[in-house]
Amino acid sequence: MGSYYINRTFFFDVHPPLGKMLIGLAGYLSGYDGTFLFQKPGDKYEHHNYMGMRGFCAFLGSLLVPFAYLIVLELSKSLPAALLTAALLTFDTGCLTLSQYILLDPILMFFIMAAMLSMVKYNSCANRPFSAPWWFWLSLTGINLAGALGVKFVGLFIILQVGWNTISDLWHLFGDLSLSVVTVGKHLTARILCLIVLPLTLYTATYAVHFMVLNKSGPGDGFFSSAFQARLSGNNLHNASIPEHLAYGSVITVKNLRMAIGYLHSHRHLYPEGIGARQQQVTTYLHKDYNNLWIIKKHNTNADPLDPSLPVEFVRHGDIIRLEHKETSRNLHSHYHEAPLTRKHYQVTGYGINGTGDSNDFWRIEVINRKFGNRIKVLRSRIRLIHLVTGCVLGSSGKVLPKWGWEQLEVTCTPYLKETLNSIWNVEDHINPKLPNISLDVLQPSFPEVLLESHMVMIRGNNGLKPKDNEFTSKPWHWPINYQGLRFSGINDTDFRVYLLGNPVVWWLNLLSIALYLLLGSIIAVAVQRGAHLPVEVEGLSQVLLRGGGQLLLGWILHYFPFFLMGRILYFHHYFPAMLFSSMLTGILWDTLLRLWAWSLASSSLARGLYVVGNLSLLLGTAYSFYLFHPLAYGMVGPLAQDPRSPMAGLRWLESWDF
Amino acid sequence: MLGFLKHPVVVTADINLNVVALTAMGLLSRLWQLSYPRAVVFDEVYYGQYISFYMKRIFFLDGSGPPFGHMLLALGGYLGGFDGNFLWNRIGAEYSSNVPVWSLRLLPALTGALSVPMAYQILSELGFSHCAAMGAALLMLIENALITQSRLMLLESVLIFFNLLAVLSYLKFSNSQKQRPFSPSWWFWLTLTGVACSCAVGVKYVGVFTYLLVLAVAGVHAWHLIGDRSLSNVSVLCHLLARAAALLVVPAAMYLLFFYVHLSLVYRSGPHDQIMSSAFQASLEGGLARITQGQPLEVAYGSQVTLKNVFGKPAPCWLHSHQSTYPMIYENGRGSSHQQQVTCYPFKDVNNWWIVKDPGRHQLVVSNPPRPVRHGDVVQLVHGMTTRFLNTHDVAAPLSPHSQEVSCYIDYNISMPPQNLWRLDIVNRDSDAGVWKTILSEVRLVHVNTSAVLKLSGAHLPDWGFRQLEVVGEKLSRGYHESTVWNVEEHRYGKSQEQKEREVELHSPTQMDVHRNLSFLARFLELQWRMLTAKSDGSEHKYSSSPLDWVTLDTSIAYWLHPRTSAQIHLLGNVVIWASASLATVVYALLFFWYLLRRRRKICDLPEDSWLRWVLAGALCAGGWAVNYVPFFLMEKTLFLYHYLPALTFQILLLPVVLQHISDHLCRTQLLRSLFSALLVAWYSCACHVFNTLRPLTYGDKSLSPSELKALRWKDSWDILIRKY
Repeated sequence: MGSYYINRTFFFDVHPPLGKMLIGLAGYLSGYDGTFLFQKPGDKYEHHNYMGMRGFCAFLGSLLVPFAYLIVLELSKSLPAALLTAALLTFDTGCLTLSQYILLDPILMFFIMAAMLSMVKYNSCANRPFSAPWWFWLSLTGINLAGALGVKFVGLFIILQVGWNTISDLWHLFGDLSLSVVTVGKHLTARILCLIVLPLTLYTATYAVHFMVLNKSGPGDGFFSSAFQARLSGNNLHNASIPEHLAYGSVITVKNLRMAIGYLHSHRHLYPEGIGARQQQVTTYLHKDYNNLWIIKKHNTNADPLDPSLPVEFVRHGDIIRLEHKETSRNLHSHYHEAPLTRKHYQVTGYGINGTGDSNDFWRIEVINRKFGNRIKVLRSRIRLIHLVTGCVLGSSGKVLPKWGWEQLEVTCTPYLKETLNSIWNVEDHINPKLPNISLDVLQPSFPEVLLESHMVMIRGNNGLKPKDNEFTSKPWHWPINYQGLRFSGINDTDFRVYLLGNPVVWWLNLLSIALYLLLGSIIAVAVQRGAHLPVEVEGLSQVLLRGGGQLLLGWILHYFPFFLMGRILYFHHYFPAMLFSSMLTGILWDTLLRLWAWSLASSSLARGLYVVGNLSLLLGTAYSFYLFHPLAYGMVGPLAQDPRSPMAGLRWLESWDF
Repeated sequence: MLGFLKHPVVVTADINLNVVALTAMGLLSRLWQLSYPRAVVFDEVYYGQYISFYMKRIFFLDGSGPPFGHMLLALGGYLGGFDGNFLWNRIGAEYSSNVPVWSLRLLPALTGALSVPMAYQILSELGFSHCAAMGAALLMLIENALITQSRLMLLESVLIFFNLLAVLSYLKFSNSQKQRPFSPSWWFWLTLTGVACSCAVGVKYVGVFTYLLVLAVAGVHAWHLIGDRSLSNVSVLCHLLARAAALLVVPAAMYLLFFYVHLSLVYRSGPHDQIMSSAFQASLEGGLARITQGQPLEVAYGSQVTLKNVFGKPAPCWLHSHQSTYPMIYENGRGSSHQQQVTCYPFKDVNNWWIVKDPGRHQLVVSNPPRPVRHGDVVQLVHGMTTRFLNTHDVAAPLSPHSQEVSCYIDYNISMPPQNLWRLDIVNRDSDAGVWKTILSEVRLVHVNTSAVLKLSGAHLPDWGFRQLEVVGEKLSRGYHESTVWNVEEHRYGKSQEQKEREVELHSPTQMDVHRNLSFLARFLELQWRMLTAKSDGSEHKYSSSPLDWVTLDTSIAYWLHPRTSAQIHLLGNVVIWASASLATVVYALLFFWYLLRRRRKICDLPEDSWLRWVLAGALCAGGWAVNYVPFFLMEKTLFLYHYLPALTFQILLLPVVLQHISDHLCRTQLLRSLFSALLVAWYSCACHVFNTLRPLTYGDKSLSPSELKALRWKDSWDILIRKY
């Protein structure tokens, strides 16, 4: 993806641009020339200089460990807890694998952890408000939030977490009667500035850079509207000059507003026997073609409006018109026959000879949200075509016609007058020799419009990634139990291969810790609510557990559970941000548990010994498991693991792991 | 209980009179001319077919909701002596004389009528004045949409009834908590809360939102209880256990009970059988049970079997082969092996029969004693009618080029050897030496040479494959997926040595007798799973709408049109009530946050008890509105205006709460207060007027002229039907 930035060609992806821009930058700085195609996994890089990009991702990925260390240290003030967390993350094969390749995930996780770290840091300077470090950490939080959201929309979850933390923080300040309302107002303004205004500005700025860098026409054009395409050099709408208002006699192309539907199209082929009336097909077609051209005519005369003796007459909102197909001279027509695929809609055909048809060829042209009598603008007006006789609306169902329809998309006339994008069109090309051409630059959409459109397209693209029925897909409940990994490289079974799978020891420990945390947390919470008097040491530990652990648990919940609601296709690596939080929770939990246990023992030397031994055994256990599983990340050869000859034999603890 | 006798009777009688009057008015408004129109109105066409299924005891599967609601409707049919013989196929069709329309519509109408006095009771239990409580009930009474929805065989009014009942009984419970915990009435209301919640969930899944709301409120109250230091640990524990039992265990048990009753009512096989697993079908009377009764249990070498795909999507189907071969060259230019096609066929057919063969032996009959096939055994599958072997090889499948083609092997002498050995992998085996059992075992067939797994790809083959479903060998099997799992449905021990005899045998039905039955729990789990995963056809509907249209009543549904006149029933709300209820919600939210912020700064505008009342009313009413409304934004199914009615009911309850609050706390002088009351009277008469104007569309009893109908079309988006003469 970084290649596109280096080549400056426009592309479309479902994720926001920052991550790809950073990769592109890293590639650019390390001398990568953007010529490698990145077509399918397994292609050899050969002479291409890819180490810079990989190194960049790996660097960000390795920063996760110190970040986690610092966060836990700040939350628990306990070195062993922080060390344990760092060890869990260092020795996790999943995080390791994910950071080694050119992926968005290490960048995303970097920003998430950085935001978390700066939030925690700024919480701990809460007693010195408006001091320099306070401002520094607060604005750094905002910057990292923008970064996280700019890489993937998953960054939204960390924004929710920071937002929740800020609201509860403000609530406390507001309840503190020693502070005047003005001071609280200052606090509020500072947070709005640093956590809302600053990230939004940065996020928008990444888009500004994105659009500035990508100014050449590329493979992503078709996803966007006509006005959007006009921005890209190399696209035929760029710097074109065409008449602005539609007039009778104009030759036009009509584009559906919904993404990837295309232009209203007809050709010299009839609907086959048995499918509606045997008249000429009308379809939509994604490519530009002379069969997309239509002439606007008045419904009642067949006189050539281009006759120079006649005055120019503009088409207005609410006019009754006839659309004549330029190549075949047939009129756009509809009638009470069912459409070929969408049975509840009416069929749309081309009818008549040389423009003489019947009253079923009449359409009322309407501009959305306009009053009667307004002229219709090229590109900008969103129009609907309403069939006069049946009252239905011209639309495209988006379904692919069978072979007889050349696998173009079905056009129907829908009797349901709902305003969906499927039935809204705009005029794209416009040829009328009697009208003065104006430059399309005037029609260029403003930056906010472009921003909004690219978001709409991204969201729709994300929703479009639906799993198929008969495919095996990864389910969210698979993830925390490390049910199944993802094959990263190696095409055949026994090649050199890398397998993305969490270190099962680490992951199952995390899972156990969450259950233990919930148990311990609720016991302490109930005890406090019942008014039990806790000894001072336990009091301190339970504060760490409830406050610090609570924040991490919230992070885990926010980064995990929303996936259950998502309809799109999901992958194993979506769990990794949540896994970072759960590892940190594990660190805090076990440290607290060991301390509690040690405290409950009478003799201090025994307690100390127990505490040290417990921590050491956890550390060494994860290290040893890493030794066992490290080939998953660093690559393995030989037969699959169910074969006793394999180097990984005996490590296939779950049948669903296929390395 | 005895205290009740000591109180002066006058007090109780007074409250009762209010309730009685409201009930009477509710009944009048809902039951008036109930059996009119004697025709299928809107979704009656949908629920009616299930009532017929119940009457005929035929099994069905409806993904739209749990069976309790359908059963309640069917109860009406049962009491009215309905025999189920009516063809529910068209909205507007006249009912034949055997359909007891009145008793079928009675139950929804009764629940709708009872919601009126319940609104009154809820508000008085919340601690608001009789005026406010009467107001709420009177608003419910004249809400056109609620009336329309209650007067037909539809489930919304039943759902609303149980929602309100759950809230009401929880309030009664929590009020008696303060005075006499663990008294009989305390237990009664607590249990009733749980029962009402489970009934609400049992009627429609969306009832779960009200249940969660009640649970949340109960949870907060329980948390306060834990913090109450005047109670001993033991009594706190007892309180918590009682709540858990009544609010968690009772609903779960009730929910199971609904399914138990449902499954024991519908025990005959019917049109929806196909969706269920073979084991489930075998537990129904008739249908598959008749065929599979008496099949041998253990599959042995020489067994003749049909193999059904467990996933069964896009259609339930059986492994199939026939004489035709794969086309030499596909349309896109790729080549095939030109061997005999293997497909998955959604109908019973003699070509679905396969014979399990031991690769080491030649005979195709079952030896005596039969040698059962076990997990891990290598077998060959022989197609019964063509005696060709099931085969797969490194040739791309016709529609899924990443997978292997599966064929029945034909030897063309072109150095393409047969690869027809399959290893049996029983997914749900008890032990590693488990025997392959008819119907019960779910097996995967793993190809020995390529370790590809036999899989239903879900694609439809083109014309050369007779539009049957494609079967492929999946090379990179990414874990367990149901589309790779098959089970034996029909089974018999083969006896015929010769092909001719065998063909006759394949055509003959299976025989012998072993009875097997699925446990209730297994049937419940399967039915519930299929119901939840049943795909609703997300097709657009003329009257479907989006949740945003609901608040402003920008949509309507034409329910029924008289065949000759323009009398019609239309789902339309009372505009005044809808608008003021939405306004009240906004006002409540603003006031709530204002008070909350002021309280945080230790400025208390309200006395403590009225603040608590205000919060609880908001949590239940505004919360009830939110939980019944917001989740619809996330739902992908087709939505209609009537989905909003449960939320609207809670909003109506909130309206008098806000009004009373304004009059008590914000109108500071007596003059303002009287002015406000006068305004209220004017406003209510306005609502009555709207009710009266829309009444012909609510009851459908009066035919209006086109101009009158046009005058009623207050919004462009209302599709009131106007006949063209």
